[in-house]
This record gives sequence, structure tokens and C-alpha cells, in this order.
Amino acid sequence: MQIKLDNSVDKFAGEIESLSGFNVYDCYQCGKCTAGCPVAQFTDESPTKLLRLIQLNQKDQVLKSKTPYLCATCNTCSGRCPMQIDVTKIMETIRIYAKKNHIKPPVQEVNTFSDVFLDSVHSGGRLFEFGMTLNYNLKNMTPFLNAQLAPAMLKVGKLSFIRQKTKNKKRLKDIFDKSDYFEPKEEVSKKEH
Amino acid sequence: MTYGYYPGCSLHATAKEFNISMRAVCKAFNIELTEVEDWNCCGATPGHTTKEELGLALPYSNLINASKQGLDNIVAPCAACYNRLKSADYSVNNSPLVKERMSQIIGEEKQRDVKIFNVLEFFRDVYGLDKLKSEVKKPLSNLNAACYYGCLLVRPSKVLQFDDEEDPQSMDQIMQTLGAKTVDWSSKTECCGGSHAIPETEIVLELARRIFSSAVKAGADCIVVACPLCHSNLDMRQKQINARYGTNFDLPVFYITELIGLALNISPKDLGMNAHFVDTKIVIEKIG
Ligand code: SF4
Ligand code: SF4
Repeated sequence: MQIKLDNSVDKFAGEIESLSGFNVYDCYQCGKCTAGCPVAQFTDESPTKLLRLIQLNQKDQVLKSKTPYLCATCNTCSGRCPMQIDVTKIMETIRIYAKKNHIKPPVQEVNTFSDVFLDSVHSGGRLFEFGMTLNYNLKNMTPFLNAQLAPAMLKVGKLSFIRQKTKNKKRLKDIFDKSDYFEPKEEVSKKEH
Repeated sequence: MTYGYYPGCSLHATAKEFNISMRAVCKAFNIELTEVEDWNCCGATPGHTTKEELGLALPYSNLINASKQGLDNIVAPCAACYNRLKSADYSVNNSPLVKERMSQIIGEEKQRDVKIFNVLEFFRDVYGLDKLKSEVKKPLSNLNAACYYGCLLVRPSKVLQFDDEEDPQSMDQIMQTLGAKTVDWSSKTECCGGSHAIPETEIVLELARRIFSSAVKAGADCIVVACPLCHSNLDMRQKQINARYGTNFDLPVFYITELIGLALNISPKDLGMNAHFVDTKIVIEKIG
């Protein structure tokens, strides 16, 4: 991998810092987050390396990485980081940053799953699991994915065809219309880089 | 005793036995559960990984409803719902900026504190282990249980303030109070892959395989959970895991409320236990 160092732009690291509320330069590359990460073996960049790429403002590399999408937001890394960096929050921040800026997600399936899940909630206030799964398979062009579970689920009554909806339509509309990608945060105390 | 109840979406579908057993046990304990009026989905992982404010406003809306109903506390059996409700409450309580945004988005403010409990906290700390012990009619003495907490009940500990995030004990204590033995094992708080089950099934199969093999190594005859995601990844997908890896795991996966119910001598059927994928007969016979 080739890394172009550009010290004049402290942009990406700075952006991630102010959006996540954590100073990425606090990371000293100890590797603890990666050691406990359940999905590290499935990802391209380890959490540790992703932090390093952010420090070096390697925006394209970071946004191309599958890691923030395969991240299960289990919070193991955040609980163990000796510098109290909320690594999970950094992963989320990258995903939301890409979404906000219409950058093509490197793991389309995870993105589609989130979309169909939220579409279902948006339209009824409660998740309609059956409808969501159908929608997911349609959008993903995988009509039979997870279909082997369906007959057994049906048998034990875990596939519900009844759609529950909430009554307060205005509340639901407001929540979906007005919610922003990022919550407002206090400025991160600037540290010597 | 009356407590607010937030079932969440899963408990009406894939996790219906969690709902049935929770209600059956509470009924036996004379605990009245009042459902949060017009509750909406907490947004789960898709919510907070798509838009931060959506991930807060969806759960917060439920806390506003609960406070309007006059509820001082609510029990949220689903670990994901519990986690999101607590996270929203924490963010609002710790950031005036977030608090302001929530009232701008929802147009209403929460008028009173609403405490949020998960089921482990509810039965250990609110109901109490002593009382629980005195209600046991059929001790689960022959059981070697692997208590599996997963992520959402214990992390982030700063927000949840509940149990130890590396070696939690609450579920073990409840199981021991019911007369069972609990095994020492290494996967207590390992992640099962959660909501990756649909988009990244391979990851979930591998993570679940690791959990099973460590439970078997520790001599467990069943796994106990308090989360619908953990349950479906371990119970519904166990057959798939065996097919994928050539293993022959045969470990029933119970919700803690089902086992409390069995110890109270409630019939498996009344606890919704006919909805399991992995046969629970062997374990139920062991209990006698
Ligand atoms: S645990 Fe913290 S300091 Fe260590 S590599 Fe990960 S982010 Fe950096
Ligand atoms: S939160 Fe994500 S990055 Fe951190 S340990 Fe879990 S899966 Fe890995």
C-alpha cells in the first residue's frame, strides 16, 4: 500500500475528530482493540490500522475499507482502549460520514440491511420482520437467502404476518424528518499532534 | 408491584418465547407489567449506525411516553432495546446540546426520570435473589449452564452501569439461585455478530461456532441468554453451523426467563418453549 503524506491537510483526521468527539491522535497503535475484535479476521484493515490511516488523513483508503461495515458495534475495543478512545464510535462515524456524503459503501449488503430495516420502521413505527426480510432479498437480488429458516420459523410461529403500527404518526414523521446524521458535540480539546 | 414494560419488536416475532416466559414469570411473582403506550421501535443497530440522532430519538420517544404515563421505571427484556434506551437517556442527561436537539425533533420533553432495567437487573436487584430463592419449587440442580451475556447487556459499561463488562456475574447468580451450576468459560461476553445475521451470515456462523465450542469445552449442557439476537443466532442457526463446519453441537439455548419459569414449576408450554429450534427435551428431563 502506498501512502501519500500530506501534512498540509489535517482535514480528514480533524473532521473525524470533531464528528466523533474523540481525538484520533491519542491512539498510540498498541493493537489492543484489534486483539479483541471479533470481526478482525474478516476485515481488510484492522481497527488499529484504520486509526493509523485516519491519523495520516488517508480519507480514500478509510472510506474504501470494509471494516466499519463489518464492525458489529460490540464495543469490546472501546472498553479496552488504554487511551479511552471510543473506537466503536469512530467506526460508526465513518459509516455515517460516508452515508451523509453519498459515498458508495464498500459492503453493500450491510448498508441495504440498515436501509430496509429503517424503511420498515419509518413506515409503521415498529419493525415488521417478515416484510423487511422480503425487501432485503429483493433489493439484494438474493431471493432465497435465509429462506431455509422460513419453514421452521413458520412452524413454531416465529414468522408473523401481522403488521403492527404505532398511532402517533406525527411523532414518527418528525423523528425521521428532523434527525440529523450527527448529534451536536462539544469541541474536543485540541492536543499537541 | 407495577412496572413499565417495553417489549420491543422482536418480542412479538422471533423472540416470542421471551415475551411469553417473561409475562408468565411476572404473573407468578404478582408483578404487574404495564406496556409503554404506543411504543415504537428503538432503531437497534441500523438506527445508530445510519444517523446518530435517529439512533437517539427513536428510543427517547419511548421514554417520553413512559414518563407521560407516570411510569417511574421500565423493564426492557430485549438487550438491544435496553441498550438503546439507556444510551438515549445517557446522552440526553450528559449533553445539554443533545437534550435540546431531542426536544426540537420530538417536540416534547421528558417530565420525570424513568429508570430502565434489563431482565437480569430486574430479577437480581429489583425483585431480589432472596425472594427469588424462596419461590423456587423445582431447583435446576442437574444443570450445567453456560451463562452467555453477549455485548449489549454489559457494554458500554460507562453508559449501562450494570455488570462487569469482561466477567459479568448477574446471570450466574440468578442461575445459582435457581439451583443450577454455572460453568466458567471464556465466551461470556464475546460477540455473536448480532444483526449481521442477515447481511453477513458467514461472520455470525463463525462467531457462534466459537461460542458453542467454548461452552462444550467447559462442560455446559445448555446456554442461557437474555437477548433475542443472541438467541436467534445460537438457536435458529445451530443446524446451519453444524452443516457449515461438520460439527454436531446439540446445545439448547434458553432465555433466562424460561429457566426461572421452569424452576417455578411452570410448564414448558406455558413458557412458550415449543418455539425452540434445538430440542429442549433432554435438559427439561434433567430438571425432572
Ligand atoms: S486500543 Fe486504543 S490506543 Fe490501542 S491501537 Fe486501538 S485505538 Fe489505538
Ligand atoms: S466494536 Fe467493531 S471494531 Fe470494535 S471490537 Fe467490536 S467489531 Fe471490532
